[in-house]
Amino acid sequence: MEFFLHLLVNGISLGFLYALSALGFVMIYKSSSVLNFAHGELLAMGAFLFLTLTAWAELPIILSFALTLTGCFLLGFIVERFFLRPLIGEDLIQVIMLTVGLAAMFRGLLLFIFGGDIHKYPEFLPPELSIKLDLIQIPSVYVATFIIGLLFLLLFGFFFKYSSQGIYMRSVADNQPAALSLGVHVRRVFALSWAIAGLVAAMSGIVLGIINGINVHELSSIGLKVFPVVILGGLDSISGAIVGGVIIGLLETFTGGYLSTSLREIIPYIVLVFILMVKPYGLFGLKEIERV
Amino acid sequence: MSRQNKLLINNISVVYSDVIQVLRGVSLAIKEGQIVSLVGSNGAGKTTTLKAISGLLKPENGKVTEGSIEFQDKSIQNLSPEEITRKGIIQVLEGRQEFKYLTVEENLRVGTATRWGRSYQKDLELVYDLFPALARRRKTLAGFCSGGELQMLVIGRAMMAHPDLLLLDEPSLGLAPLLVREIFRIIKKINQEQNTTILLVEQNTNMALQIAHYGYVMENGKIVLEGEAEYLKENPDVKEFYLGTSMTGDNKSYHDLKSYKRRKRWL
Repeated sequence: MEFFLHLLVNGISLGFLYALSALGFVMIYKSSSVLNFAHGELLAMGAFLFLTLTAWAELPIILSFALTLTGCFLLGFIVERFFLRPLIGEDLIQVIMLTVGLAAMFRGLLLFIFGGDIHKYPEFLPPELSIKLDLIQIPSVYVATFIIGLLFLLLFGFFFKYSSQGIYMRSVADNQPAALSLGVHVRRVFALSWAIAGLVAAMSGIVLGIINGINVHELSSIGLKVFPVVILGGLDSISGAIVGGVIIGLLETFTGGYLSTSLREIIPYIVLVFILMVKPYGLFGLKEIERV
Repeated sequence: MSRQNKLLINNISVVYSDVIQVLRGVSLAIKEGQIVSLVGSNGAGKTTTLKAISGLLKPENGKVTEGSIEFQDKSIQNLSPEEITRKGIIQVLEGRQEFKYLTVEENLRVGTATRWGRSYQKDLELVYDLFPALARRRKTLAGFCSGGELQMLVIGRAMMAHPDLLLLDEPSLGLAPLLVREIFRIIKKINQEQNTTILLVEQNTNMALQIAHYGYVMENGKIVLEGEAEYLKENPDVKEFYLGTSMTGDNKSYHDLKSYKRRKRWL
């Protein structure tokens, strides 16, 4: 029983972490229908920026946290401005290939500067954050993950649903010519969605770094993990990202705990195949509305 | 009647992809507060003219190569659509380009993009007042609305932007005759009550000339005829080619139907 609860808690917080990573991905997909293959690398950029600021420059945690988020917000903005904007109006597949190239570039850059070793952040989470339930102790990292994840997901959920800017962003994804005809600043929407994606990616990169240590390969492979999560939840749905994330997280920890650790990486994909057979748009994805 | 020119198009040529010339020397003037109709057959260049005004040529790789477009005495040709919409020119695209996955109300809210951050509740009420059918569907996804509702939706959406000049591209497309009449009644109402200047592109020449003050006839990328709507309605060529009645107004006998032999006067 204790083991089960332990896995459950682990699975849920891992799930929230996946959901948070997926959020940035969903953000870009929602506004521009671009699948961002460089998402894992954006995550890694955030994690390493935070490492540089805390461990090397030895700035206070809060300050380096704020600086990292701003830095990655700007990074997303710059990526859009210099790499994606020239491709506006080109085929989607070309834009997607560009993100594959960006991924290679970022990974190379990080390997060049930091090497392939695992780095660690200094301890900074207050131990009071950890919660002791009857049988199990939830470490403060997981509590922090849970809180941050929930906060960001709610924030962006409301942003897309109710704020004017969020509605403009959805309108661009829906029908770009029509959005242009109404004066929606399409380029600004793209820039904003990349900037926000960068910010959220940095957030999840830092949390992942706290849990697993910071390593280029490991962080960028999380970018791949985002795919089963968002495909399961539906590519353009924030609540889908949460549910998809939690499902994949639970599956991983339970397979790892009860079956074998080597199956851990495979099971999510197998489940994904079966779910897509029943719900081809994912659990919460938009169904194509077709007028006949 | 010496009203001011709202929009003045002076001899423009439009070329797509640097090679395909679609407009060759189009000039037209729209006076403040009027409804001006632009009629003509398919492929005459009506939609291109609208897009040249609204700046939507750019994403389609089109360009105004010659001539000038002046809106309220300021040159606007080849500006980006973001800039042009903020000057108060809103185009309603052909074929009801709704946002399928947004609700009716969210669709309307996108119309506030040019004046982001200011209150829009009053405008919502105004639009629901004009189109009561939309008020009943405010929470429905636009993808599930009928063609008539969608046409109202896209016109309402444009009204949310408080346009000075509204460009309407074939609002009657694919609608039942009764609905067409309803839509045109509302267009006239918008013109009278909001004092919005309207440029109306239509295939339905009869309806278009009924509500317009002034009209232009386009063919092959040129304006071939213009005049007060009353004058155009009585013009024998317009009657023959666009309104489908003969010069005498009687029904035509197939016996004397040799219109293909008659040359259009202006060609």
